Amino acid sequence: MQQMNFVLLAPELALVALAILLVVLDLVLTDKGKVVLPFVGVLGLVVPAGLVVALASRRETSFFGTFVVDDLASFFKIIFLVAAALVMLASVDYIRRRTQYQGEYYATILFSTLGMMFMASGRELLTLYVALELTSISLYIMAGFLKKDQGSTEAGLKYLLLGALASTSLLYGIAIVYGATGTTFLPDIAKRLTVGLPAVVAMVMIAAGFGFKVAAVPFHMWVPDVYQGAPTSTTAFVSVASKAAGFVVVLRVFATALAPLAGLWPALFAVLAAVTMTVGNLGALRQTNVKRLMGYSSVGQAGYALMGLAAATAATSAGLIFFILAYALTNLGVFAAIIHVSDRLESDELAAYEGLARRAPLLSLAMVLCLLSLVGLPPLAGFWSKVYLFLSVFGQGQVLLVIVALLNSAVAAYYYVKIVHSMYLKPAPIDKPLPGNLSLGVALAAATVGVVVIGLAPSPFMALATSAAGAVFP
Amino acid sequence: MPMLSAIIFLPLVGAIAIALTPRENVRAPRAIAALFSAASLALSLVVFFGFRPGQAGTQFVEKVPWVPSLGVSYFLGVDGLNLPMVVLTALLTFLAVLASWRIELRPKEYFAILLLLETGVLGVFSALDLALFFLFWEVELIPMYLLIGIWGGPRREYAAIKFVIYTLLGSAMMLVGILALYFRTPAPHTFDMLAMAQMRWEPAFASAVFLFLFFGFAVKLPVFPFHTWLPDAHVEAPTAVSVLLAGVLLKMGAYGMLRINVGILPDAAKQYALLIGILAVINVLYGAAVSMVQKDLKAMVAFSSISHMGYVLLGMAALSYVSLSGAALQMFTHGMITGLLFLLVGSVYERTHTRQIGEMGGLAPRMPLLAAVFVMAGLASLGLPGMAGFIAEFTVFVGSFPSIPVLTILGAAGIVVTAGYLLWMLERVFFGPPNPRFATLGDAHGVEVVPLVALVGIIILIGVYPALLTDVVSSGIAPLTARLGV
Repeated sequence: MQQMNFVLLAPELALVALAILLVVLDLVLTDKGKVVLPFVGVLGLVVPAGLVVALASRRETSFFGTFVVDDLASFFKIIFLVAAALVMLASVDYIRRRTQYQGEYYATILFSTLGMMFMASGRELLTLYVALELTSISLYIMAGFLKKDQGSTEAGLKYLLLGALASTSLLYGIAIVYGATGTTFLPDIAKRLTVGLPAVVAMVMIAAGFGFKVAAVPFHMWVPDVYQGAPTSTTAFVSVASKAAGFVVVLRVFATALAPLAGLWPALFAVLAAVTMTVGNLGALRQTNVKRLMGYSSVGQAGYALMGLAAATAATSAGLIFFILAYALTNLGVFAAIIHVSDRLESDELAAYEGLARRAPLLSLAMVLCLLSLVGLPPLAGFWSKVYLFLSVFGQGQVLLVIVALLNSAVAAYYYVKIVHSMYLKPAPIDKPLPGNLSLGVALAAATVGVVVIGLAPSPFMALATSAAGAVFP
Repeated sequence: MPMLSAIIFLPLVGAIAIALTPRENVRAPRAIAALFSAASLALSLVVFFGFRPGQAGTQFVEKVPWVPSLGVSYFLGVDGLNLPMVVLTALLTFLAVLASWRIELRPKEYFAILLLLETGVLGVFSALDLALFFLFWEVELIPMYLLIGIWGGPRREYAAIKFVIYTLLGSAMMLVGILALYFRTPAPHTFDMLAMAQMRWEPAFASAVFLFLFFGFAVKLPVFPFHTWLPDAHVEAPTAVSVLLAGVLLKMGAYGMLRINVGILPDAAKQYALLIGILAVINVLYGAAVSMVQKDLKAMVAFSSISHMGYVLLGMAALSYVSLSGAALQMFTHGMITGLLFLLVGSVYERTHTRQIGEMGGLAPRMPLLAAVFVMAGLASLGLPGMAGFIAEFTVFVGSFPSIPVLTILGAAGIVVTAGYLLWMLERVFFGPPNPRFATLGDAHGVEVVPLVALVGIIILIGVYPALLTDVVSSGIAPLTARLGV
């Protein structure tokens, strides 16, 4: 039954059904009734998530080996689904107030997630490409969703144009690989690819294409503008899920298909990592718009994550995977808070956050914990994720890279603390408390609790990451 | 009963308790803070008097694997080296709570963050696993940032962020050293400090790692030229926070150097001894010289802190049983004395509303108790026999003279400069013709008196009966010197 085993695709099928359900519901519900849409979505996401967990122990392939269910795929699918759920929960008020096309928005989130799930499970270059396009186009739509807002339209357009360029580069790399090996099936490419000019060019092209997705320098130029202009819930989703999807695809392609080039691509990624983290962190230092700052921050964080590819080993990949998990939860927490401020105070400038500690103490506390996790302070998830990642990279002899990363972490603290500074050290311009929002509060609390729990008991999550890495580096 | 865990986490429980009190209640936070810090102090004294100096090895050990895949365990224990530091921290924090009794701005957050800071620092001193040590080291960062940044003086935001960035750079370098040591331990790797202290390292490796770790601790101690964050942080911080900063946080750097640099890498310590000695003397003389020209009272005490920490470094450079004991003693006594000095500066400032020495004068008749305690603190600081400072500094000099005589003489010369600026300052502030501006000022009273009298009492007690402290300290130094082969 290897050929057409639809059972393995049950999570994806459930997700499609859910997305279609949301579209249909959107058609029949009145404007007032549309409030239930995100909640239907979140509750519905339990089904695909449950199916992923149920299928996780079945390590099989389907569709002629182009679709695989293994620990790596299952791990990342859970991250995507949780991210989608938390973003949907956090966006209820924000989206309701800004657009009438609510059903379309939530359905698009789900379609994007669907693409990401195929990116996690894909084992063949064109499948991955189509999945990538499904993900990306959905995200372009989500970025430009607020039609009457100039920032959003600009963000959507920039994202589309630059994303198309990146996809072109990727496709060109795939074409060269096909020309050199006669196949697009990842394991077979590994068997037939030889080191030579075509292979190296293809490697660079593919790295560029995927590098766009993970916001690696110099393919990161879209990040600040898109993060700032897009609706904040889109930014939240892009910063977490899209980046995670990019990394799982990079890992799978480079570890499996480009294994013959394993003497070359680690060095490439080491350099990319160092440059990315430095540019990201330096760029964030002078930002006054919180969304733009978080854009540069996510470039910086991508730089740390790329360190996990500085060696072709299971240990460093496990570090990368654990880092993505911690980063996902942490960034979701920060953005949930940003969505709330964006929604209530209609501003994303640092000045709007002044005195927030007095006006919204619980929100500020959660946001601070997540920001400090991004700095890498214990006992939070970000501390262990950095320790684990730096440890594994250091153990492979990349001492200089770790030193660069540590110096970057110290410098990065400045702009994260700048937000804390605004919230806690500055008096509030108006001392009115900020009205709360239950669903957003739940999302924020879930993310923050996750960050603290991983910080206090990282072992089980590290074990999951290690087994996920084992799928590509047995 | 897990005593050390109780000592470390009681303040955290107190912080959470404070966070749960309603905002309007201003009395509750300080009462809860006093209660929990007093409890921590009481337990630390129980441990101190329950400690047996004659018994080899660490006592009150708690060891539980935490992240087995990385070799990280929750490993706490006290020996002669860190036990005085634990007691010092608990004591100074309790006194800091009392000194902050009348705080008006956001007392709830203040006391909660203060207790959180205490947990972090107590953890640093008690941890015997390098990952745990580093973890607690990072915990104290944000509480200090908030304490300085919210409750500090006019330039508090600048001082706070400067403190954070400096410390983070230092701890980044420290982490490199820690990771390097971790990977050199035989597989499966471990972060266990005591196990590492028994291992032999390759000289070139040890030399490089020593420098990374030294840099990390040098920022905290602080060693010239990495000290520039200190005057800003100390001057801008509120009184009680300055007390903790100078009294306890600086000792974290010194403790790290003793426990890790000297304890784990003794051969590299011997290699760099001369360099460290020179830096020590620079600390002493530069710190003292700059103190002399300060017009701001608090800045003067801050620079005198730098100067006196130089004696700790000097003792470490000489690497003898006596000199290292002196260094460890100086850590404790300096903590007391400088803590007292900052408390006094705070009390004076509260009354005169100026820290400029030039504007003060003739305060003694108006505030006789403060004047008396200030004079005693000054005398203790310059090492008058009969007080704790003398014991520590004398031990350092006696221990250092045989191996580095020239540097010791230079260091001892620092005492003369210290006497100079301290006595001159006392004369200008307290003595001389009374300034009519201060005619209505009152003396210290009520809760304010308790920390002052307590500290003076302990300083004199140790000065007269040093065995209370020296027995414990020497038992901690003995294993270090055994490894050094001196």
